[in-house]
Amino acid sequence: MLNRDEDILQAAEAWQKQGHGVALATVVDTWGSAPRPAGSSLVINDEGTFLGSVSGGCVEGAVVTEALDVISSGQPKMLEFGVADETAWNVGLSCGGTIRVFVEKVG
Amino acid sequence: MKLETLKELNAERAARRPVIIITDTSNGEQRLVKAKDIAADPLRAELSKQLRMGKSGNVEVAGKKLFLNVYAPTAKLVIVGAVHISQALAPLARSLDYDVTVVDPRTAFASPERFPDVPLVAEWPDVALPPLNIDPYTAFVAVTHDPKIDDPALMHAFDRGCFYIGALGSRKTHAKRAERLRAQGAKDSDIARIHAPIGLDIGAVSPAEIAVAIMAEITAQLRLPPKEKEEAA
Repeated sequence: MLNRDEDILQAAEAWQKQGHGVALATVVDTWGSAPRPAGSSLVINDEGTFLGSVSGGCVEGAVVTEALDVISSGQPKMLEFGVADETAWNVGLSCGGTIRVFVEKVG
Repeated sequence: MKLETLKELNAERAARRPVIIITDTSNGEQRLVKAKDIAADPLRAELSKQLRMGKSGNVEVAGKKLFLNVYAPTAKLVIVGAVHISQALAPLARSLDYDVTVVDPRTAFASPERFPDVPLVAEWPDVALPPLNIDPYTAFVAVTHDPKIDDPALMHAFDRGCFYIGALGSRKTHAKRAERLRAQGAKDSDIARIHAPIGLDIGAVSPAEIAVAIMAEITAQLRLPPKEKEEAA
């Protein structure tokens, strides 16, 4: 089932109350063809469980890894993803767009 | 995001009130603006523009790059009349992320077989409508073609500030409806808000095409700024 923004944000609050470290990742900029519009978000807890999406599934893995970092440091981060770099096996967007994702700790 | 901000955001969303979160993306500084506070906010022009579009985006103010994240309530569509048009309209509206409810006291029409996956209320408008909490983020259509059902439903919608009200029927049918509603105490300004004949004039013939015309008209009412809205109406 798809998660709407309201479900995602409620999960963030619930996880926080259960004592989890939680981070919120939000698409703040898109260029070209991007799968999810600005404002789309994803929440992650310290166990790596996440809800929502910031792309069509292309970069979520990388966002979760970075978010775990943000949860432990408390410092927000800006991530940028462009076209997938096949040689380096980096994550990227196969649709050819670019997105910027702001990751911040909740609490 | 501070836990307090998140709690406040969730509370506003649960109450179906729009909220904008302003984030300075260089340092993570953040504040929450409630809809009722926009008029007094230093960023009111930017905030109301983004809110009207229902769109999040960046603005630059005094050298600061700010991200405005708009959390508009999920739009609702209340369809009075479990008719053939509604069978096409309900899934179409759902695909556009509307929360859809169909109301019709005639149980033969309001059957789950005809409306799979749609909340269905087989009650008269006076019983069915109050619990639906029709609000300014609701589009309301009356399509039974039966004055006993459509008229009281429209009277209810007038008081709720729906962003769209539409009713099925030709100009002639609508003129008679206006007379009846006036006799029941509706104001001329209320009656003027009804889109009738319903839907944008795209030459729709089949129920499915009429559903597209209705949904297009609803989208225009939700998204266009006031001036263009008048032109599209």
